[in-house]
Amino acid sequence: MLDQINEPPAGTIKNTISRCSPIVFKSVCLEIDGQLLINNINCSFDTLGKTVIIGPNGAGKSLLLRLMTGLIKPTSGSISGGVQSSQGQSEGKPSVCYSLVFQNPVLLRRSTYENIAFVLREQKCGKEELVKKTNLALKLARLEDRAQTPARSLSGGEQQRLALARALVVNPAGLLLDEPTASLDPASTFIVEEMVNKANRNGTKIIFVTHDIRQAKRMADDILFVNEGRILVHKPARAFFKDPESKKAQAYLDGRLPL
Amino acid sequence: MGEIGQAFAIAFDLVFSLDRNLFAIVLLSLKVSLTAVIIACILGFGLGAGLASLRFPGRKAIIIMINALMGLPPVVVGLLVYLLLSRSGPFGVLSLLYTPMAMIIAQVILITPLVAALCLQSLQDLHYEYDEFFRSLNLSPSSKMKTLLWDARLSLLTVALAGFGRAISEVGAVMIVGGNINHVTRIMTTAIALETSKGTLALALALGIILITISVAINAAAMLIRSTAKRYAHA
Ligand SMILES: Nc1ncnc2c1ncn2[C@@H]1O[C@H](COP(=O)(O)OP(=O)(O)OP(=O)(O)O)[C@@H](O)[C@H]1O
Ligand SMILES: [Mg+2]
Repeated sequence: MLDQINEPPAGTIKNTISRCSPIVFKSVCLEIDGQLLINNINCSFDTLGKTVIIGPNGAGKSLLLRLMTGLIKPTSGSISGGVQSSQGQSEGKPSVCYSLVFQNPVLLRRSTYENIAFVLREQKCGKEELVKKTNLALKLARLEDRAQTPARSLSGGEQQRLALARALVVNPAGLLLDEPTASLDPASTFIVEEMVNKANRNGTKIIFVTHDIRQAKRMADDILFVNEGRILVHKPARAFFKDPESKKAQAYLDGRLPL
Repeated sequence: MGEIGQAFAIAFDLVFSLDRNLFAIVLLSLKVSLTAVIIACILGFGLGAGLASLRFPGRKAIIIMINALMGLPPVVVGLLVYLLLSRSGPFGVLSLLYTPMAMIIAQVILITPLVAALCLQSLQDLHYEYDEFFRSLNLSPSSKMKTLLWDARLSLLTVALAGFGRAISEVGAVMIVGGNINHVTRIMTTAIALETSKGTLALALALGIILITISVAINAAAMLIRSTAKRYAHA
C-alpha cells in the first residue's frame, strides 16, 4: 500500500502517477420514479487536480458523486474508471480507491478515535500502524483533544472534520466531498481546505461540491457546472470565471435565479 | 382475609430467612432462563443483524415468519417440544424430557423470535443511516453485521432484558416439558401454579414477590440503559 500520510517537503508532488484509473462517464442517464435526474452526461475527470462541481440545489451534484463511487447504478450509459489500478493493489482486499464524504456526515456511534480506527481496521491495518495513523489523522483534523468524545456529540464543524479525516486516513486515490464546509465557520473551513489541499499535494484526486463561489475560486483547477441533471460547462477554473459560457452558469455566479 | 394475611407473613418470612427450598427454585429459574436468553440472543442477534443489513430473496418472508412466531402460545411450544423429546419422538433417545435442558429448549424457541424481531427493529434505522457509508467502504456482510450490532449494543441490551423477562415469567411451555418435578425441574412459575392449586399460598406468594422484584429490576435496568444510550448516541 502507498500510505505515507506524512507530509512531503513543501512544494514537492508525491505519487504523481495516480493509483486509480480516471473516471469517465459515457452518456449516463439516471431515472428514478420516472424522473430523469441525470440527463445524458459525457465527461471525464483527470486523476490529479481539484475538480469543483457547482450548480443550484437539486441539480444532481450529490447524485453525480454517488454514481462515481458506484453507490447507485445509472439507468443507461456507462461509468468506467474509479477502480484500482494494479499498481496500488495491496494483497487481499483492495484498498479504498475513492473515499466519499457525504453531505451529512455519517458517523458511527462511537468515539471520535474509534470512528477513524474503524476504517483502518477494515483495511486490515496492523495494530501499531493503526494507532499511529489514527492519531496523525486526529491531529491533521485538529481533533486530538476530542479523541474520546462520542462522535455524534461533536459540533457540526467537528463532525465534518472527522468525516474528512476518516476519509483521508486510508490514503485514497481520490477524495469526493459533498459540501464539506456548508455550515462551517471560517476557521473550520480553513482547516478543511488545508486538509484537502495537503491530500491533493500528496497525489489524491479531489472532486468537491460547493455552493461557495469564493471557495471554488480558491480551490478549483477545473469547474463543472451542473444544472437540471446536465453538465452545462466543464472548463479550467480561470477560464470559467472569466467566461462561464452558459447563461445559466453566469446567472448562478451572479446570484440570480437560473432561468 | 386472615388467611391471606397469614400467607403474606409466611411469604416474607421465607424470603428474608433465605429459605433453602425457595432459593433452590429461584436459582434453577435463573439458570434456565439465563441460559435460554444467551442462546436466544446468539441466534436472534445474528438473525436480526442479517435481516437488517443484507438483502436476499425470502427476506420478507422470514420477517413475516418471525413476527408470526413472536405471538406463539407458550403451551403450543411446550406441546411441540414435548412431542419432539418424548420417548417415541425423533429426539427421544436423548431422554431430555423432564430435564432443565428441555425447559431451556422450550424457552429458546419461545423467545428467539422475540429477540430477533426486536433486534431487527433497532438495527433497521441504523442500517438505513449507515448503508451508503458501508457500501462506500466495500464492507463484507459480516463486517456490516458486526458494526451494526456493536453500535446498537445498548438497545440490544434492553432487547436481551425483554427476552429474559418473557423467559422467566413463562409457565405454560416449561410446565409441559419440565413437569415441575421437585428439586429437578421446579422453577418459580411452575411452583406458583402448583402451590396455588394445592392451596399452599405462602410459598406461591413468596415466589411471586421475588418474580415481581425481578421484573421491576429488569425494567429499571432497561430504563437506565435507554437514558444512557440517549446521552451517548445523541440520537
Ligand atoms: N433517491 C432519490 N429518489 C428520488 N429522487 C431523488 C433521489 N435522490 C435525489 N433525488 C432527486 O434528484 C435531484 C438531484 O438531487 P441531488 O441530491 O443530486 O441534488 P444536489 O445537486 O446535490 O442539490 P443540493 O445542492 O441541494 O445538495 C433532486 O431533485 C432530488 O429530489
Ligand atoms: Mg447535494
